[in-house]
Amino acid sequence: MIDFFVAPLEYGFMVRALIGSVLVGVMCPLVGAYVVTRNLAFMGDALAHAVLPGMVLGFIAGINPAIAAVPTGVAVAVLVRIVSRRAGLSTDTSIGILFAAMFALGLAMLSTATTIRVDMEDLLLGQLLGISPTSIYVSLGITAAVILGLFALHHWLLFASFDPVGAQVLGRRTNIVDYVFLVMLALVIVIGIQAAGVILVMAMLVTPAATAYLLVRRFVSMMIAAALLGTAAAVTGLYVSYHFNLPAGPAMTLVASAIFALAVAFRRRAPV
Amino acid sequence: MNTTHYPHAARMSLQDVTVEFDGHKALNGVSFDVGAGTLMGVVGPNGAGKSTLFNAIAGLLPVRRGKVTLHRVDQGNGALAYVPQRESVNWRFPVTAMDVVMMGRCCRLGWCRRPGKRDRELVDDCLCRVGLWDHRSALMTELSGGQRQRVFVARALTQEASVLLLDEAFSGVDAGAQEGLVEVLQTVRNEGRIVLLATHDLTNLAGRFDQVLCLNRRVCACGPPDEVFTSEVMEQLYGAPGVHLTNDGER
Repeated sequence: MIDFFVAPLEYGFMVRALIGSVLVGVMCPLVGAYVVTRNLAFMGDALAHAVLPGMVLGFIAGINPAIAAVPTGVAVAVLVRIVSRRAGLSTDTSIGILFAAMFALGLAMLSTATTIRVDMEDLLLGQLLGISPTSIYVSLGITAAVILGLFALHHWLLFASFDPVGAQVLGRRTNIVDYVFLVMLALVIVIGIQAAGVILVMAMLVTPAATAYLLVRRFVSMMIAAALLGTAAAVTGLYVSYHFNLPAGPAMTLVASAIFALAVAFRRRAPV
Repeated sequence: MNTTHYPHAARMSLQDVTVEFDGHKALNGVSFDVGAGTLMGVVGPNGAGKSTLFNAIAGLLPVRRGKVTLHRVDQGNGALAYVPQRESVNWRFPVTAMDVVMMGRCCRLGWCRRPGKRDRELVDDCLCRVGLWDHRSALMTELSGGQRQRVFVARALTQEASVLLLDEAFSGVDAGAQEGLVEVLQTVRNEGRIVLLATHDLTNLAGRFDQVLCLNRRVCACGPPDEVFTSEVMEQLYGAPGVHLTNDGER
């Protein structure tokens, strides 16, 4: 049994994958707790797709795609707010427009860039087992920044999430908080994409947080439970992936979904 | 009112406040004064501009013309506290009564500061004052409509606000709970604060409020409840001269 867990760690790529999976398992659900309770799942999905041009640009320019994805994610997160305010459109509509436009731009860049060789499947489904040391350093940096942001803005985030109008009356800080939150969301998506890919990063963002929502009462407990469940799903998924020769992203997603199904069956919280 | 002993006392003055949406005047030349320690009911039909007035006072909407002036003793942050309509709150967000009351300390806490002993004591004290100490650990979704409103009032108290704006605070609150809420608001008023409460409910206004503002995009009347409800004012408000109030304030 011990061999099941320890033997794979003799390989350097597996140690990096384990660190990567823990970072994904903690950070995506921590921010995901806000995504689930603020109904921002579409925003999360859109950001995950919208960073594609940045990643492709990274491949073309020979920069680590995780690093290249950061400014794209941040720019799109801020653009969504600006477009919905300026155009007077709903946030969902602005997200729909920008998400499709950015993803299309990424695909167009991929098809025209003849000098690079990119495995589309890796991009869409993630390649945790092939994660580079640079990507791990980027993920660690993002983790530190996002945890600091969540800690510093905790009370304002609670206020703005529960009662956005009441929080806005208290001052312009609410706008800053919303922007910073979207930037943090874009950052953790960049971590998640490396492990689970553009499509399945949503599973790590939403599923453990939604599971925690069903199991605990208060928001802070929900964040902690979500991070624990996310880590369990990510690490279990990684080992399943290694031993059963499955891609890591789908394995993590299936484990997280199975835990969610159990929580639905035995849930404590009554539907709101 | 002598405001010397009340650090949160305030006076408010609106002069010719006009708010427009796409060239259409939602509020037209609204002017009135509210003295320290006043509990004012804001009444009017649907679309009269009650929420627009509150949004303009709170700075959520740009004022096309005129100005809102607030004179207060305490010069700290968070002069205005807004109790929103039920539908603008995210009830899916799992917070307890205590969490919500602590939100009132946001403007006094810095970015990275955690709530200290004084903040926690103030939260406990305000929960006691609105009679919800026993419900401090209840989720907001587990509280009744009246209890939720009292939690928001407690949040305004921890914020150390001078002006409380309650938009449709009686909506979804039964008659008994309305009385409980009014009692809490009267104690808040007695500390020199201004409380403005928008309501559709015209019953028992005389017993509840010091002043009533009758609004229909402009000020139709403003004064003590037993003076403002003339048949002329009711016609301006509801367009029906036959609508009038009995001595109990019932239409």
